[in-house]
Amino acid sequence: MAIPIPTPLALVAELTHRCPLHCVYCSNPLELTPRGRELPADVWARVLREAADLGVLQVDFTGGEPLARPDFTELVRAARGAGLYASLITSGLPLDEKRLEEIVGAGIDHIQLSFQGAREEVAAEISGTRTHAQKLRVAGWVKRHRVALTLNFVIHRQNLDQLEDMLALTEEIGPGRVEFAHVQYYGWAFQNLKRLLPTREQLDRSLEIIKQAEARLRGRIRVEYVVPDYYAKYPKACMGGWGRKVLLIKPDGDVLPCHAANVLPGMKFENVNVQPLRRIWEESDAFRKFRGEDWMPEPCRSCDRRTQDFGGCRCQAFLLAKDAAAADPVCSLSPQRKVVDAILAELNAPGPPVREPGDEWLYRPNPA
Amino acid sequence: MTPSLESRPRLVPGCRLNEKTQPSRVLLMPERALRLSGPSLEIVERCDGQHTVRQIVSELQALYSKAEPQKVEQDILGYLERLQEQRALDFE
Repeated sequence: MAIPIPTPLALVAELTHRCPLHCVYCSNPLELTPRGRELPADVWARVLREAADLGVLQVDFTGGEPLARPDFTELVRAARGAGLYASLITSGLPLDEKRLEEIVGAGIDHIQLSFQGAREEVAAEISGTRTHAQKLRVAGWVKRHRVALTLNFVIHRQNLDQLEDMLALTEEIGPGRVEFAHVQYYGWAFQNLKRLLPTREQLDRSLEIIKQAEARLRGRIRVEYVVPDYYAKYPKACMGGWGRKVLLIKPDGDVLPCHAANVLPGMKFENVNVQPLRRIWEESDAFRKFRGEDWMPEPCRSCDRRTQDFGGCRCQAFLLAKDAAAADPVCSLSPQRKVVDAILAELNAPGPPVREPGDEWLYRPNPA
Repeated sequence: MTPSLESRPRLVPGCRLNEKTQPSRVLLMPERALRLSGPSLEIVERCDGQHTVRQIVSELQALYSKAEPQKVEQDILGYLERLQEQRALDFE
């Protein structure tokens, strides 16, 4: 049966893998793209127009640190020229008031500023850099312009107990939106999983705090919370379904259905230097591989939830069950759920955490 | 919070309609997009910080004259309240 091809809504544009931070849960692949292979601005401008023609409404400029590119302002102008809503996802580090004015002048719609914690110490340990004071300055500057501001706190075992401090900081800054996003366990984060995954007790307490905050801040700040799916009963609808809503372009122009898809064995990704974006979205093997329902095994195939979660995450299935086409192992209906339960049992065992020799953070380095 | 009839709804920074020339009209905001048509589009197009809620109500009642005026007002107030909670607009 032919699968109707959906219209993508968002393009995630990884402009570069260069970054002043070295976060232990970075969503970039373990194999980073070197600077010399980054797409030039004129190719990005063409790709942004192709994306808009394909139906994409929003582009998220991310990295690495997108501001590591001196031509970033030009890319914002190209996005707005193509009719796209443009978001910048940044650590705020390379920003000063003058550069911010240029970017706002070029038409940026939304700036998402990442925080690694509520205070300098934990944030510095996680990112391998001292950055907190600069982030506070940047938040103040952004507030003076007519653009949307989101604060994004990536949360995990080492900083989850600071959640109330993060909320206090949020209220002080006063963005339109705040995201508390639990680390997703792929790539760098999967390497550091044992030190990042929160305990059940921490998680329960954080849910209570978030519930209260949502009520208190309603109508002022939109609070969004991304759960750690290892503790969930059913999987997340990863990327809104494979090849269904989102496409991601790597710094070198390879087009992927998600951040982590390059871990999957046997996948071949097409490149915007070689093929038009529409053809890649509609016809490439990578996008067709898990689109729709035909690929699904049981228990997904006959499950009522298959149209809500689309079988969960393919990369997680591969990382935990060694089979990219299996049901997401976090699902309570998955025969592989025992793998996740074993990780949680070890983590939640009473007593101090077992520290093994060589059990240190694996920091994400900079690409060549 | 039910909006006052005298307040002037205005889309917040970073929340905007896409261009008129595009085939379908969408309200764009961080990480979200709402497709608008008919009355929802008529309402949002007037959330410019100039129109009062009262003006929006009376203009929509004129546009949708077959509908019960009381119902039109209630629907508009409910819709504006939801958009405010989603941080798409403020009442100035």
